[in-house]
Amino acid sequence: MSDQKAMSKGEAKYNEQGEVIGIKAPVYLNYNFTAGAAAARFLLQVKKGVLTGQRCPRCKQVYVPPRGACAACGVATVEEVRLSDKATVQSFTIVSIPIPNNPIQPPYIIANLVPDGANISFIHLMSECVNEDVHIGQRVQGVWKPEAEWDYAMDNIKYFKPIDEPDVPVDKIGKTDREG
Amino acid sequence: MKQIAIVAYQQTDCVADAGAANEVEIIMPVLKRTFAQVGITNAQDVDFVCSGSCDYLQGAAFSFVLGVDALGAVPPIKESHVEMDAAWALYESILKIRMGHADSALIYGFGKSSPGELPIVLSQQLDPYYLAPLWVDSVSLAALQARMMLDQGLITERDMAEVVSRSRRNARGNPHAQLAGDVSPEAVLKEPTYVSPLRRADCCPVSDGAAAVVIATVEQARAWGVPYAVISGIDHCIETHHIGMRDLTDSVSTRKAASNAGVQKGPIDVAELYAPFSHQEIILSRALELKNTTAVNPSGGVLAGNLMMASGLSRIGEVFNRIVGGEAGRGVAHATSGPCLQHNLVAVLEKGEKA
Repeated sequence: MSDQKAMSKGEAKYNEQGEVIGIKAPVYLNYNFTAGAAAARFLLQVKKGVLTGQRCPRCKQVYVPPRGACAACGVATVEEVRLSDKATVQSFTIVSIPIPNNPIQPPYIIANLVPDGANISFIHLMSECVNEDVHIGQRVQGVWKPEAEWDYAMDNIKYFKPIDEPDVPVDKIGKTDREG
Repeated sequence: MKQIAIVAYQQTDCVADAGAANEVEIIMPVLKRTFAQVGITNAQDVDFVCSGSCDYLQGAAFSFVLGVDALGAVPPIKESHVEMDAAWALYESILKIRMGHADSALIYGFGKSSPGELPIVLSQQLDPYYLAPLWVDSVSLAALQARMMLDQGLITERDMAEVVSRSRRNARGNPHAQLAGDVSPEAVLKEPTYVSPLRRADCCPVSDGAAAVVIATVEQARAWGVPYAVISGIDHCIETHHIGMRDLTDSVSTRKAASNAGVQKGPIDVAELYAPFSHQEIILSRALELKNTTAVNPSGGVLAGNLMMASGLSRIGEVFNRIVGGEAGRGVAHATSGPCLQHNLVAVLEKGEKA
C-alpha cells in the first residue's frame, strides 16, 4: 500500500541499487455500456414496479432477470411473463463483514430468491426478519421504495421480508408453474 | 494424420452499432444458422467448442462467459476460449482434433466494439512499460507504418487508394458488408488525410457482430453429408512487441507462417487477407508472394467491415465459401492480431475430393 502511494503519477519505484522496479500506468477507458435488449425490457418494467421473466420455448423454464437466452437449451427466450413480488428463499447467507462503500451495516442477509412464476433465482437483500430464523423454503415479499423513487434498477425493491405463508418444500422450490 | 475440413460458415451483418443487443443476442442468430447449415441442433452435437473475444472491446468483464448462454450447455460441454481473434480458436480446435480428443468443433468469434473508442482501447494491448502508457492508438501506429512504406518508395498513395476502391467494389456482392460501393481511386485521393498519410477510407470501419465456423474430420463431414473444404495447412507466427525492432514494411511472421502452411505448394485462386489498413493488404500480398492470378479479398475484406475477434475467422469462412461455391479450388486465408500486423495466422484451404 505504501509502495502504491509512493508511485503517484509519473513516479517510479526503485530498489536499493537505484533500478526502476515499478512504474504507475493508470488505465482509463470510457464505454457506453448497454444492458442487452432483454435486460433493457426488464428494466423498463421494473421502473413501473413490475417484475418480468422470460420463458424458454423449449424447456419452459422462466428466467429472471432475463438475458434473452435459455442458458440450458441455447435458444432465444421471447415470451415475457409477469411475475409476483412474492418469492421463496432458495439459499441465503448472513454477511457479518462490512464491505467498503456499502451503506448496509452487517449483519445482514443476502438471499437467492425464486419469485412466484419463475424457475430461476435472483439475488436480493432480506430484512425485517430475525436473521437466525431465516431458512430455505421460507416465503418472502418485496418491500418497495415509494413510487416516486422508482428507477431502472432492482433496488426499487428495498428488500424482501418474511410473510405468513407455509414454507415451500426444498424439492419444490423453483419447480412450480413450469408448465404454466 | 486426420484431414480436417470446414463444413459451415455464417456471420452477422457488420453494423456500426448493434444497439442494446448483448453478447448472447448477437451470437445466437449466427449459431442457429451455423447449426442449420450442418443439420445439427446445438453445441451438444459437436465434440468441442472454442470462442474468441476480448472483454476490453465492450468493457464488460467475463463477457465471453455470457456468450456460452448461446450454446445449449446442459448437459455440460467441452468448451474453451481465446482472448484473441477466433481464427486462433480455430487453430486450438484443430490441435484438439489432431490429438484425437474430438472429431468436430464449433468455433465462434464476436465483438461489440461500438461501446468504446476502439483505437484507444487497442492501445492497451501494447507493451505495458513503453507504449501503453503513451496511449499510442492503433490508427497512429498504422500511419507510421504507411509513412515508412511511402518514404521508402515501396508504395504510392495511389496504390493504397486502389486497394480501397477494389474493396468497396467487391463488397457490393457481400450482403454483410458495412461499406460498399463504386468509389474510384481518384475519389479516394481527393479525401483529406485523417491520421496522415492515412485517409479515413484507408482505415477499416468499427463494426459490431459475430461469425461462426464448424470444422470436422473429413470422415465426420462425409457422415453429415455436407459440402466441405479441407484445411491442408495452417500456422501462426508472432513478432516482437517492440515496434522499433520490427521491419514494419514487411511481414516476416506472415512469410514464415505461409511457408510452414505450404502456401506455395499449389496455385492460389483466392486470398482473404485481414488487412485493417489499405497499405497492409499490399504488405501481406507481397509476404504471401501472391501473383495477379489470385483474387484478393473478393468479399471486400475488413475495409468493408471489421468484426474484431471474428474477422480472422471470417477470412477463413470467406475462402471456404468460394471453394464450396465452386469459384476456387485452392485458397489462402490470413488473420492478424496486434499493432501493425504483429501476429499472423495463415491457413490453406482446398477443395475436398468427392465423397
